[in-house]
Amino acid sequence: MPGMTATLSTAVHRIEVRPRAGRGDPRGEAALRQARSLGLSPEPTRIESASIYLIEAALEPEQLERIARELLADAIIEESVINEQRTPNADATIEVHPLPGVMDPDADAVAKAIRAMLDIEVAVRTGRRYDFHGVDGNAAKTIAGRTLANPVIHGIYAEPFHPEAFPHGHSYELKIVEVPIRDLDEGQLERLSREGHLFLSLEEMRAIQAEYRRLGREPREIELETLAQTWSEHCVHKTLKATVRYRERDAGEITSIRDLCARRDRPGHTVHDDGSVTIHNLLKSTVAAATHELMEDGIDWCLSVFVDNAGIIAFDDEHAVCFKAETHNHPSAIEPYGGAATGIGGCIRDIIGTGLAAKPIAATDVFCVAHPDQFVGDQAAQLPAGCLDPRRILQQVVAGVRDYGNRMGIPTLNGAVWFDNDYVGNPLVYCGCIGVMPRDRIRGEPRRGDRIIALGGRTGRDGIHGATFSSAELTDTHADEFSHAVQIGNPVTEKKLLDAILEARDHEGGCLFSAITDCGAGGFSSAVGEMGEALGAEVHLERAPLKYDGLSPTEIWISEAQERMVLAVPESALDALRAICGKHDVELCDLGSFGTPERELILNYHGTEVGRMPMEFLHEGIPQTVREAVFESPAPAPPAPGRHRRPDRDLCPDPLAALQKLLAHPNIASKHWIIQQYDHEVQGRTMIKPLVGLHAGPSDAAVITPVEGSPRGLGIANGLATGLRDDPYLMTLAAIDECVRNLVCVGVDPSRIAILDNFCWPSCKDPHNLGALVRAAEGCYDGAKAYRTPFISGKDSLNNQFTTEDGRTIQIPPTLLISGFGIVNDISACLTMDAKSPGSVLVLVGDTQPTLAGSHYAMLFGGEGELPRVDLERGPRTAQRVAAAIAQGHVRAAHDVSDGGVLIAAAEMAFAGGLGLELDPGALDARDPIGLFGESPGRYLLEIAADDPGRVREILGEVPMRVIGRFDDSGRLRLGEALDTSVDELREIWRGPLDW
Amino acid sequence: MSESPVAFILTGPGINCDHELARAFELAGASPRPVHLSELIADPARLDDADLIGLPGGFSYGDAIAAGRVFAQMIRRHLYPAFVRAIERGVPMIAPCNGFQIAVQAGLLPGPDAGSSWPIDPAPPCVTLTSNASARFIDRWCRIEIPADTRCVWTKDLKLTAASALLPIAHGEGRFVPDVESRLTRLEQAGQIAVRYASDDNPNGSAGDIAGLCDASGLILGLMPHPERYTTWTQHPFWSHLNAADRAHDPPGLAMFRSAVSHVVGAAALRV
Repeated sequence: MPGMTATLSTAVHRIEVRPRAGRGDPRGEAALRQARSLGLSPEPTRIESASIYLIEAALEPEQLERIARELLADAIIEESVINEQRTPNADATIEVHPLPGVMDPDADAVAKAIRAMLDIEVAVRTGRRYDFHGVDGNAAKTIAGRTLANPVIHGIYAEPFHPEAFPHGHSYELKIVEVPIRDLDEGQLERLSREGHLFLSLEEMRAIQAEYRRLGREPREIELETLAQTWSEHCVHKTLKATVRYRERDAGEITSIRDLCARRDRPGHTVHDDGSVTIHNLLKSTVAAATHELMEDGIDWCLSVFVDNAGIIAFDDEHAVCFKAETHNHPSAIEPYGGAATGIGGCIRDIIGTGLAAKPIAATDVFCVAHPDQFVGDQAAQLPAGCLDPRRILQQVVAGVRDYGNRMGIPTLNGAVWFDNDYVGNPLVYCGCIGVMPRDRIRGEPRRGDRIIALGGRTGRDGIHGATFSSAELTDTHADEFSHAVQIGNPVTEKKLLDAILEARDHEGGCLFSAITDCGAGGFSSAVGEMGEALGAEVHLERAPLKYDGLSPTEIWISEAQERMVLAVPESALDALRAICGKHDVELCDLGSFGTPERELILNYHGTEVGRMPMEFLHEGIPQTVREAVFESPAPAPPAPGRHRRPDRDLCPDPLAALQKLLAHPNIASKHWIIQQYDHEVQGRTMIKPLVGLHAGPSDAAVITPVEGSPRGLGIANGLATGLRDDPYLMTLAAIDECVRNLVCVGVDPSRIAILDNFCWPSCKDPHNLGALVRAAEGCYDGAKAYRTPFISGKDSLNNQFTTEDGRTIQIPPTLLISGFGIVNDISACLTMDAKSPGSVLVLVGDTQPTLAGSHYAMLFGGEGELPRVDLERGPRTAQRVAAAIAQGHVRAAHDVSDGGVLIAAAEMAFAGGLGLELDPGALDARDPIGLFGESPGRYLLEIAADDPGRVREILGEVPMRVIGRFDDSGRLRLGEALDTSVDELREIWRGPLDW
Repeated sequence: MSESPVAFILTGPGINCDHELARAFELAGASPRPVHLSELIADPARLDDADLIGLPGGFSYGDAIAAGRVFAQMIRRHLYPAFVRAIERGVPMIAPCNGFQIAVQAGLLPGPDAGSSWPIDPAPPCVTLTSNASARFIDRWCRIEIPADTRCVWTKDLKLTAASALLPIAHGEGRFVPDVESRLTRLEQAGQIAVRYASDDNPNGSAGDIAGLCDASGLILGLMPHPERYTTWTQHPFWSHLNAADRAHDPPGLAMFRSAVSHVVGAAALRV
């Protein structure tokens, strides 16, 4: 009856689904726990949760009823309420809904399910309701703002939210904006860069000005934006590629770069008479130089270094493995959940976009945040305006990595957390991803005439200016100015994309594309700009599928909307690719073609040219600059909160108290709360897990099997030695050494380890910070060469500082993450760190240097000395000899000595294996904190059968080793008269602090 | 049956444990054949070629609404008769984790009582799997027990030792809740409890420590743990601690797949 349907008009219907009484409300209880962790008074006595679905469609009441009953509510445990804003029996109600334009990943699936059920097109938005008991509306709003929602992406409502209609964009009318630049003076150029959010330097603005004077016209907005994206620090690494003039001042005892140059020629380095050193292209002359020298010196298993989205090494004759690690710091500071999720999502896309696509098989994460207990209760007011509570940041970044990685089906299986209050405004979120691929798929190149094909998510206004934002410094107002750079990911879209791309790669007639890359920072502008560098590209921007109407061509071009890949596809392969995309429900669009007569980038919108630029200027026009760098040994800093430097012996009267405090230090304490939220076993490849032994001790590294059925494995670990920040050269060497030791301890062959560098630094416009960066880069060169561990990929984030309301700048500590992976020849010979058998002995391998500097002990109780140094001859030799002892089957458990020192590592081995340990007072002096808690690099603890030390000594040769104890089944850790404690209790202390 | 039995592995948006499920079938002697949900919806009769079925884990449709809900809608709407035909032919099916959540909501588990036939339209769910008591995703290994009287073809012959009686779990919504108290007793009495968590190692608050259920025929197994992640000893969480005797048998995960494959091969031999 047409008359009936005519009366039914489109409206927004609201369905609320809540737990039935007595059936449990875990989500409400979790919200209550979170609220209570804030330490507010009064605190809520109960919180109830409900799911809200807003459905925009013309629906009959029976249809709504059916959707609620059969799809949205689980009749066994839930009940639903339709189009009724029932006032609950609560003291306050809060609803949280994503703001218009913010990704709502569930909405799409709900709409699909409704379509499958009723054959009706609907639009859906989802939200969540919380009913509070025991607090008033204001308190509920405060709690919601601090634990349940983030105003950057959420609308927070104090009553049930029931809009009359959804916002739908407006139509867009083309307007080509020219930006006059040719006649600007210096001040005006700088203002244009700043106010246009271009974040380009004066020299760069001048180069652009000169180019447009040459062209005889003004740039169009889209052209300037393209340059800003392509020339951003994030995309082009201009600091690390710059020429640097480096000086050392009052450097005292430090290793001088000048002396290093005098000892042996360093590529790209010129020493001047005044003692300064010029380094031409810092990255090329240090990190990359080491790799190229190693490749000339016999390392033949590096297949692709520094040129692709990830570095690639040989795994076996048929397979290669690749690794990429990135940071997503600035978005995570403002919206930690979305920032971390899109961080891991982007890193996964890098792996999918490596060569002709790799399959992601593992992920890693490392977080640096302020101490979680620093800003709770009465300390909350100390938190600088514009910063989120560090506990919340950590919880949310973990949730972000969890939800993205788990949904993608990629095991997150290695990581670390480092706490320091200088990360308060600028936390660090490192995400890594590893892939496997056939060796004949490691290279791709677009061909003239290939179609430019975009796959995956739709383009929206989200993420605009992410590349330039990540290259800028955070301030207390950034959350408002840059909220459009913050995004929520949709992992299922990316999973479908991955499934389709791998099927296209392995198509029976051959790979269906000739090149692939991800749409990351800079969106299409970077992806198409890079792929088309050699050939030119012509793009028709109106063809990109949009999330909503109203986007300008510039917005389409630079949007960093997630889950998109760009492929170069021969015309002849297009139909087959379309069929695969259809099967996997992946959207495909043909944006244009590669290859233009003049090697240009040509941008069109509905037949009108909106931009045209020579590829040569875009990629080679960026001016090379000379930057000043200075290094001075830091003057002893006044102790900042959480960074005690003065020794205070009274605080540490005995080894037991020190051991307990160190085990409870959040850097050292168990990370099971994080690890168990990650599906670190999906894909069934994880052979050495992050927690090992009968009692879940901390593994040094993870081992996976990239190729099913092969006895070969791949070890994955990291090194981070921020405690040695006072000299980034030594810090870097220690991080490389730690990464190698971690890998050796699980059975990796140390001659088959490749590493990655990830620099996170405070602003390198400051010559002192750049000086510190130079020293770290020099450490990369020496460390990689000494350990014969080539760098294969890297990334930098060089503006990590936060300016508070009152103008104070909080700089992060210079932070270098070394990620490493290496080949295990036979996984059945892998080791774990848990002690295995009573009666076996504990052996300490390596030298202990007479210092506490840089140790956790010194952080807590004070301690002095020079920073410990890696011995570049002995360190690598120790790694090789320990690996040989392991390979010959003499070692039952191995553990690297790092954070907390020997006593911590020994205790971890004992409690992980559920054994007692009697330490020998003749070998370890209970009154000597250096021997127990010093953090000299290069040391290992090995569990060896009681009759084996002789043979191990033979294998180790001149590398020092001594027996320091014996495992037993007493359940006690003992050291003479000075220490006698239960290992189970130690384990509980270790598990407690982060057992959230 | 001249060739190895064909195991259909159903994939779809957000399914992500298909690869290891296929591998487990392969190790147990079957030939895995991945089929995408969209292909099966286009031609449900393809399922008639299956000798075994795997409904893998993952986050189908991103766990929108609740884990498995949307995928289950697709089965209810398009594939239910094809599944019933396969079940009635005696095809064993395994549904770990998200597969279990899907099977329960699609009306495939626990299925009709012994002696009753499958309803024409999918039955409404009578048990559910919902948020863990901790409201949090958990990945860890749990100690498990196999009820002595289970009818489950996949688990009834498992030989477990103290060291091997573990299975890995990795889920956020695995808390088993029956519609009524008596349901649990009925399932127990019918031998339909296929796997339990050890009572002091229940990770999610499941009623009756239930980790897995089978239908009345014992052929369809749904379980929250992932046996497909326990097909080699080096997947065991402390394998480097185990001695040779512990590792003398197939790992329990692989043994489950072998049981089902043997059942299919044996049934085919009887028919011949």
